[in-house]
Amino acid sequence: MRKLALSDEILLKIEKPASYIGNEVNSVMKNKDEVDIRFCMAFPDVYSIGMSHLGIQILYDMFNKREDTWCERVYSPWPDLDAIMREKKIPLFALESQDKIKDFDFLGITLQYEMCYTNVLQILDLAQMPLRAKDRGEEYPLVMGGGPCSYNPEPLAPFFDMFYIGEGETVFNDLLDEYKAYKKAGKSKKEFLERAAEIPGIYVPAFYDVEYHEDGTIASFKPNNPHAKEKIEKQVVMDITNTYYPTKPVVPFIKATQDRVTLEIQRGCIRGCRFCQAGMLYRPTREKDVEVLKETAKAMLESTGHEEISLSSLSSSDYSKLPELIDYLIEECSQRKVNISLPSLRIDAFSLDVMSKVQDIKKSSLTFAPEAGSQRLRDVINKGLTEEVILEGAGKAFDGGWTRVKLYFMLGLPTETEEDMKGIAHLAEAIAKRYYEIPKDQRHGKCQIVVSTSFFVPKPFTPFQWASMFRKEDYLDKAKIVKEEIKAQLNQKSIKYNYHEADVTVLEGILARGDRKVADVLEATYRKGAIFDAWSEYFRYDLWMEAFQEAGIDPEFYTLRERPLDEIFPWDFISIGVTRKFLENEWKKAQQEVVTPNCKMQCSGCGAGKYKGGICVEG
Amino acid sequence: MKVRVKFAKEGAMKFIGHLDIMRYFQKAIKRAGIDVAYSEGFSPHMIMSFAAPLGVGVTSTAEYFDMEINTPISSREAVKRLNEVMVEGMEVKSFRKIPDGKANTAMALVAAADYYVEFREGMEPEAGWKDKINAFIERSEILIVKKTKKNEKEVDIRPYIYDMHLEGDRIFLKLAAGSVKNTKPELVMEAFFAFCEQEFDSFRFTIHRAEVYADKGTEECRNLISLEDLGEEIE
Repeated sequence: MRKLALSDEILLKIEKPASYIGNEVNSVMKNKDEVDIRFCMAFPDVYSIGMSHLGIQILYDMFNKREDTWCERVYSPWPDLDAIMREKKIPLFALESQDKIKDFDFLGITLQYEMCYTNVLQILDLAQMPLRAKDRGEEYPLVMGGGPCSYNPEPLAPFFDMFYIGEGETVFNDLLDEYKAYKKAGKSKKEFLERAAEIPGIYVPAFYDVEYHEDGTIASFKPNNPHAKEKIEKQVVMDITNTYYPTKPVVPFIKATQDRVTLEIQRGCIRGCRFCQAGMLYRPTREKDVEVLKETAKAMLESTGHEEISLSSLSSSDYSKLPELIDYLIEECSQRKVNISLPSLRIDAFSLDVMSKVQDIKKSSLTFAPEAGSQRLRDVINKGLTEEVILEGAGKAFDGGWTRVKLYFMLGLPTETEEDMKGIAHLAEAIAKRYYEIPKDQRHGKCQIVVSTSFFVPKPFTPFQWASMFRKEDYLDKAKIVKEEIKAQLNQKSIKYNYHEADVTVLEGILARGDRKVADVLEATYRKGAIFDAWSEYFRYDLWMEAFQEAGIDPEFYTLRERPLDEIFPWDFISIGVTRKFLENEWKKAQQEVVTPNCKMQCSGCGAGKYKGGICVEG
Repeated sequence: MKVRVKFAKEGAMKFIGHLDIMRYFQKAIKRAGIDVAYSEGFSPHMIMSFAAPLGVGVTSTAEYFDMEINTPISSREAVKRLNEVMVEGMEVKSFRKIPDGKANTAMALVAAADYYVEFREGMEPEAGWKDKINAFIERSEILIVKKTKKNEKEVDIRPYIYDMHLEGDRIFLKLAAGSVKNTKPELVMEAFFAFCEQEFDSFRFTIHRAEVYADKGTEECRNLISLEDLGEEIE
């Protein structure tokens, strides 16, 4: 049997010891003496969240298909174990082999959300590695970043040796082949990084210098090494059907946030909502072949024994073969006694019919994401959902027996007025009114409408990347306006209101569009004891603000400025296909309240057509 | 057909709690392709019932659960298929047919269990503890203080200790288990430490469950039969 890195005494003292022992179904064990490359994939958050992430499962499967590579996993130790590891100087270890990460060839860290950045430093620190790439000698693993936040890697630049920009299925094998050759030849880390920098999609931050204007904005961003490229091209898999997909995903012992089979049906989104980063980053929209999806679903259910399956995509209703796929799944899953968890579908006759087949109407709720309270503001953000459509969908659902509706909105969107905020309350009221139009003897008691608002954070590579944010107090005022307007409605007793925390929003905004200067603040905040910022019980806004002040950096430089159109952004060296020109045009159209048609209706020439595939070719 | 599965849970698997072991088997049974009965409704659940939950940190070679299967399968085939989908540390020992009826469920039958207590290296009590076992068990009364939410009360656990003796360096315990009469190996050890006038720390020893029994005897005379032996092999 494997020897565990942690003693019985520690494992019996901490919460969820199952998070640290590995041995899960479908986890991969190899003989370390028979592989050339040891890769540790990290998700910088707690195990139960990290285990729900599809991207790691894809790469884990892809790497372990290579005979020369053993890919293992690590997640953030929870604060109880974190304290013990620091006290007893226990180095962070990978789950499979239980070996020290510091002895691996690669440590790959996925960057899924900004609020995990202090946990990135926690992982490096607990692994007993210097935080900064320049301080890590030949004996340390190469530290790599990837995932959506690596589209603006600059706040993390000094801590990483390289970033992989784009989808992992394309050049990772080339990179590993190169590494193996360099390792065999006994070449240095720098020599390898110079070679890696020539591979498309690989960004080596140390090979670039940034200069700033006196006002803090970027004056220039240039390669300082002849091997480094001017522009880093995002990586995309054009044939998304015939690529890697794990038919044997790892099944955790403890209940993960998403304890089920996840079937990815397409990548990208045709909609073009102006606030949505994923909608721009993952263009063009590419569908997977429905026959392959059916086979994959079956294989995954068989290999995992999961009791639930869900579909993954940015907008499942837009998948052209959705009815065929769902019919198949309903048939297959009822035989296997597997539940189908539906993604948020557009509410129409089709989705209501499907929902009534797979869910208990009395217990389930309908979800709408109008995102903004007025038609004017929905035009600004290019969210093509009208009040008429919402009311029609809700009406049909109420007639069909549903009584619960969830509504998602954002506050703090560009051009937002008080009328737009109040519109949230009015829309909720209109839905409630529609419910009470049903004769009393035909409806099932009261309806319950849950309104949730988050605060909008402008992200890189979106038409709103130029937009200003607000102060914490202003966000709370906005939430108060919604709250009071809801209270003034006739059916206010049927409407419940929740809103997201404002201080986390401000921080997320700083990190999302931050530059290299933010890295020092990040490290200082971590040194002050911040970890698990994504968890409200651990988030320490005060530590962050203290660190900004000590570094002499004004956080409002990142949040409260509307950027001029010609400002150099920290992420400008990356090309995502979608052009800056297109984004700028969308930003202007937003201010004029002009909508842009979706990719199926008409091509708007965003630039993703250069990949010559997906929706751009198939139409 | 009702069947009873006996399994072992050892090594690192001792850190997986009871509820997660139930989930583990629900998935394992699906992977093994065994046709089991489910509850009705929108979220059907496998109908399983476990004999006696095992605490985190305790290993066992005699865990039991019962379930109902729709399609008959031979014991040999079922054990083979289940073991093909087990992880390291988990092993299915037997798969047997049991009689129908609520009184025959593993949970209702549990009356006693065997345990081995072993001291961790360097954490043994002071020399001479082995000689004290007989004196400890020969007493007619072994009182321990049981803490409840409201108060503390003294309980005599002696009637629940059916056997206690030394096997090499390990202590063997046969204890009452189940819903009516029961005691735990930790409590017996706590009392034993007190008897030896030594400081108690549950981390000084490991516990292994070796068997679980039903009592097929009378009020006066126990007749313990392992839960496994109450089932019969399916050909």
